[in-house]
Amino acid sequence: METAIEVNELRKAYKNNTVLDGISFSVQKGSIFAMLGSNGAGKTTTINILTTLIKADGGTAIVSGFDVAKQPDKVRKQISLTGQFAAVDAILTGRENLELIADMRHESNSAKIATDLLNKFDLTEASDRRVMTYSGGMRRRLDIAMSLIGEPPVIFFDEPTTGLDPEARNDMWRTIRALAKNGTTVFLTTQHLEEADELADKITILNHGKIVASGTATELKKLMPNGLIRLAFHDEKQLKTAIRTLGERHKITKGDGLTLTVTTVGSVKQVADVFTELRDADIEPAEFSQKVPTLDDVFLKVIGDGKEGK
Amino acid sequence: MQSFKDTWTMAKRSLKHIVRSMDTIITVVLMPIAFMLLFIYVFGGAIGIQTGSVKYIDFIVPGIIIMTVVSGIGYAAVRLSMDLQKGIINRFRTMPVAPSSILGGQALSSTLSNLFSSFMVLIAAFALGFRSHSGVNEWLAFIGILALFTLATTWLAIFFGLLAKSMEGAGAFSYILLLLIFISPAFVPTTSITPFLRGFANNQPMTPIVETMRSLLTSGAAGNRVWAALAWSVGILLVSYFSSLWIYRRKTIVVNG
Repeated sequence: METAIEVNELRKAYKNNTVLDGISFSVQKGSIFAMLGSNGAGKTTTINILTTLIKADGGTAIVSGFDVAKQPDKVRKQISLTGQFAAVDAILTGRENLELIADMRHESNSAKIATDLLNKFDLTEASDRRVMTYSGGMRRRLDIAMSLIGEPPVIFFDEPTTGLDPEARNDMWRTIRALAKNGTTVFLTTQHLEEADELADKITILNHGKIVASGTATELKKLMPNGLIRLAFHDEKQLKTAIRTLGERHKITKGDGLTLTVTTVGSVKQVADVFTELRDADIEPAEFSQKVPTLDDVFLKVIGDGKEGK
Repeated sequence: MQSFKDTWTMAKRSLKHIVRSMDTIITVVLMPIAFMLLFIYVFGGAIGIQTGSVKYIDFIVPGIIIMTVVSGIGYAAVRLSMDLQKGIINRFRTMPVAPSSILGGQALSSTLSNLFSSFMVLIAAFALGFRSHSGVNEWLAFIGILALFTLATTWLAIFFGLLAKSMEGAGAFSYILLLLIFISPAFVPTTSITPFLRGFANNQPMTPIVETMRSLLTSGAAGNRVWAALAWSVGILLVSYFSSLWIYRRKTIVVNG
């Protein structure tokens, strides 16, 4: 398999604030790659470097075979960027926006390209209205349509579904999947684990400028032990008793509200111990279930490990 | 060739912006006309005696035209600053279009629209009694110098638009140029300016430009300040052009909505 993006020891700092602390990864051609991280983890900085908007302090980044620092003009012919905020011209009409980008990409038939994309993104009726009259969802659709012009082999999405309603989000997911199916490499950043889980062939988790975990969603979930028991209690008093009782011999994590997660190695003996101790302390939980690890758990675990390491 | 095409693509976009904000064009045209009326009918009686054989309206028209351009280019800075604060600029910057074309498109559209505004003001001047006996060559030279001055100060506007932190601040530099017009022989002969400022007035860039333009329209010749006028215009153009590109390439643009 060919690589579309190859990043090696990439570094970036603003004054004394290190934003990227030597990250390395590679993205296979035609795959969807998700970079997961909280606000300030360095996701947008990574995108800005890969799309030639800013220069890295160290390391290398190759996009579609070209070095972003040494051959930015060549890289720009291979990519498009859909940023966090819709990059549309509000004073122009939808059609004019599309034709502008087609002209900038030196396409020969910008009028036809615009018509086709307006159709595809359900904007035909609004095509001759100024974009300032568009709703947020319409702007976003136009924004993506603009990114597809010229069929760049690598497309970057910076938090593509932030601020979208569930329906618009599903549309976006469909578009991204269709792109990858047609051979486009998609690099996206997200704060939502569900999104990475849903879309990405490979996920990398970024925390404080460092990659703390990477792999497929399944591989990442394996980082978590299987024997999680989730307990819910009737009241605060019961919860406290349970924490006191189980806390002595088991690893427990307090969840939202009156819930508690007990981490076991997954053996019958240990699971039995947990319930025996609850019975002996005369605690009848409101609810109990075995928990399948989600990416959320992985995310919190790897980020938590990072904090402990500091 | 490609970069000319790109520049024209960007200029077309910017011209649409200009045409769709008619209120700014009207402001740009009305302000100098209001000044012209003020100078002719209010101050003119007192100042006009000193302009000798030249009718006072003929004396001030070049300055009024320059004033039109200077107030017009302020909007070029505002438009650029507006672009910089919207996500669209980062889209442009990740596309295979040279910075010189992206900025050059703004410069071209601003120059064209300011020449149009100047033309409107000139028509108003004719209606108010302005007359010139100059031939086609002098008029062409006049238009040439006006176009060069407009292009040069537009690039200056782009330079300030790139530096400005906000849209409101972007247009403020045109007030400095406006002040330079007032401390020049645009509306009064420099001999009437207080000696302390006269030295400055005689040697600042607006003076040779205004004098050359006036000379072309009133005496039918370019006059002896034409080289100074050209040197200032070309100098401002080159310095602003290269510094604008230098800043643009190094600027990290933080978009926030």
